[in-house]
Amino acid sequence: MMNSLSRKDWMPEAYRKTLVRQMSQHAHSEIVGMLPEGNWITRAPNLRRKAILLAKVQDEGGHGLYLYAAAETLGTSRDEMIEALHSGKAKYSTIFNYPTLTWADIGAIGWLVDGAAIMNQVPLQRTSYGPYARAMVRICKEESFHQRQGYEIMMHLAAGAAEQKRMAQDALNRWWQPSLMMFGPPDDQSPNTEQSMRWRIKRDTNDALRQKFVDITVPQAEAIGLTVPDPELKWNEARGSYDFGAVDWEEFKAVVKGQGPVAKERMAARVKAWEEGAWVRDAARAHAAKRAAAKQAAE
Amino acid sequence: MHALATHALRLGDDALILGQRLSEWCGHAPALEIDLSLANIALDCVGQATHFLALAGALEGQGRDADRLAFHRDVMDFTNCLLVEQPNGDFAQTIARQFFFAHYQHLLFERMQAVQDERFAAIAAKAVKETAYHAKLAGEWVIRLGDGTEESRARMERGLDWMWRFTGELFAMDEIDSAAIDAGAGVDKAALHPLWDARIGAVLAEAGLAPPAPHRPVLGGRIGRHSEHLGHLISDMQFLQRAYPGATW
Ligand SMILES: [Fe+2]
Ligand SMILES: [Fe+2]
Repeated sequence: MMNSLSRKDWMPEAYRKTLVRQMSQHAHSEIVGMLPEGNWITRAPNLRRKAILLAKVQDEGGHGLYLYAAAETLGTSRDEMIEALHSGKAKYSTIFNYPTLTWADIGAIGWLVDGAAIMNQVPLQRTSYGPYARAMVRICKEESFHQRQGYEIMMHLAAGAAEQKRMAQDALNRWWQPSLMMFGPPDDQSPNTEQSMRWRIKRDTNDALRQKFVDITVPQAEAIGLTVPDPELKWNEARGSYDFGAVDWEEFKAVVKGQGPVAKERMAARVKAWEEGAWVRDAARAHAAKRAAAKQAAE
Repeated sequence: MHALATHALRLGDDALILGQRLSEWCGHAPALEIDLSLANIALDCVGQATHFLALAGALEGQGRDADRLAFHRDVMDFTNCLLVEQPNGDFAQTIARQFFFAHYQHLLFERMQAVQDERFAAIAAKAVKETAYHAKLAGEWVIRLGDGTEESRARMERGLDWMWRFTGELFAMDEIDSAAIDAGAGVDKAALHPLWDARIGAVLAEAGLAPPAPHRPVLGGRIGRHSEHLGHLISDMQFLQRAYPGATW
């Protein structure tokens, strides 16, 4: 069985492909995830929150950058990966296909989405591919910081005026189910889980992580006086865990297929930025080539 | 408002409005690295704004803090220069604005870190390191775009030309500036103009670009006479504070 691999080690082609898929999907999620949160930077309610949000979104971009770089060690270029994202061939986390409607959504994303991301990612710090594992160590540290900042926003809103508390509850109502979906389909419908666990690219099943998330998050909601929007949610003494209602897997499947509420807007924004930036990237390349040629001529 | 308070307010408003403009790029820049560097500059600007606006509020002595000043004034009470409120346009236009402003701000803070008034000197001493980076980054892009392709060169020329008419205001002096100098907190901005011309000129020469044709300076920002763009920017920025009066966040 494999221990930690570096890029120079021989690896089965299927293993390499799965890794590239997983890492690039993760990188794309970081980049697309900048959009819903970026939506509130100019409207952040005070200077402190504005600075924190700017820094957070910048961190997410940085995560995208490390992950693309780590995936590039396996021989796929960043441009190729971005091409695959724009053509719809590559996926990104379904969660970012939901809109950020109020300021409370910024709190909910930090608390729930970064919180779920941490649970998915902590085990990957010990994943079998070295560059991925190392990127994850750094990323997880920042994600847990984001999670605390998001929870702090929610805590403040929940303790604020009635209309702020309403905003917080509404955000929880909208983000709860999509957050549960972040752990992927149920184990009996997850096609890649078994193989990925055997390769140690993945270390826990989707359902196990989802349960862990619910168990940790429900008391956090209660602590600030918010209600998790699930009438079937109940503490199960025997299991030492919460029982919770079914996730709407039909919606999940539709969102995976690109039919999320703002999926078209997200992709349109990414493609627009990429296409409108082409002349800038071309100019940078042309300038670098001229510089290199001039340097060579001088030598 | 006391002259020194207004002096601090102007410095804070410049940083605040530029930070706001730059953060509009977040998630939409031509490349990931550019996205990160623009966010980085925006973050520095928000930090500078917070310091200068807090100082303005303290000097005013009416109990207004940085947030009160940022989120509860209307256009005619904003004192930023017109340059920073100009729309981002394409990336070249953003870079032109950044290039002109960062060089001005850097020259300003280089001197302000040595003024007698320690409050202004301390903020400038921290900010001068940031503006050195902002000016360098913008200058590198002016060179890349000026030298890169035919299209990038044409866009860079248009961007510089668009922003040029607002550069005269950066160095205009009035009674607030004189009072700030007398109080040991200000800098003779008029004296910075030739130095700025030289720094700008050197970068443009390396980029193979000519300085834009002279244009009569468009003035007014320092006394609250702005372009039409600022009202939209602040209505966006102040939305939550205005919609939920008295709430804290
Ligand atoms: Fe991230
Ligand atoms: Fe994060």
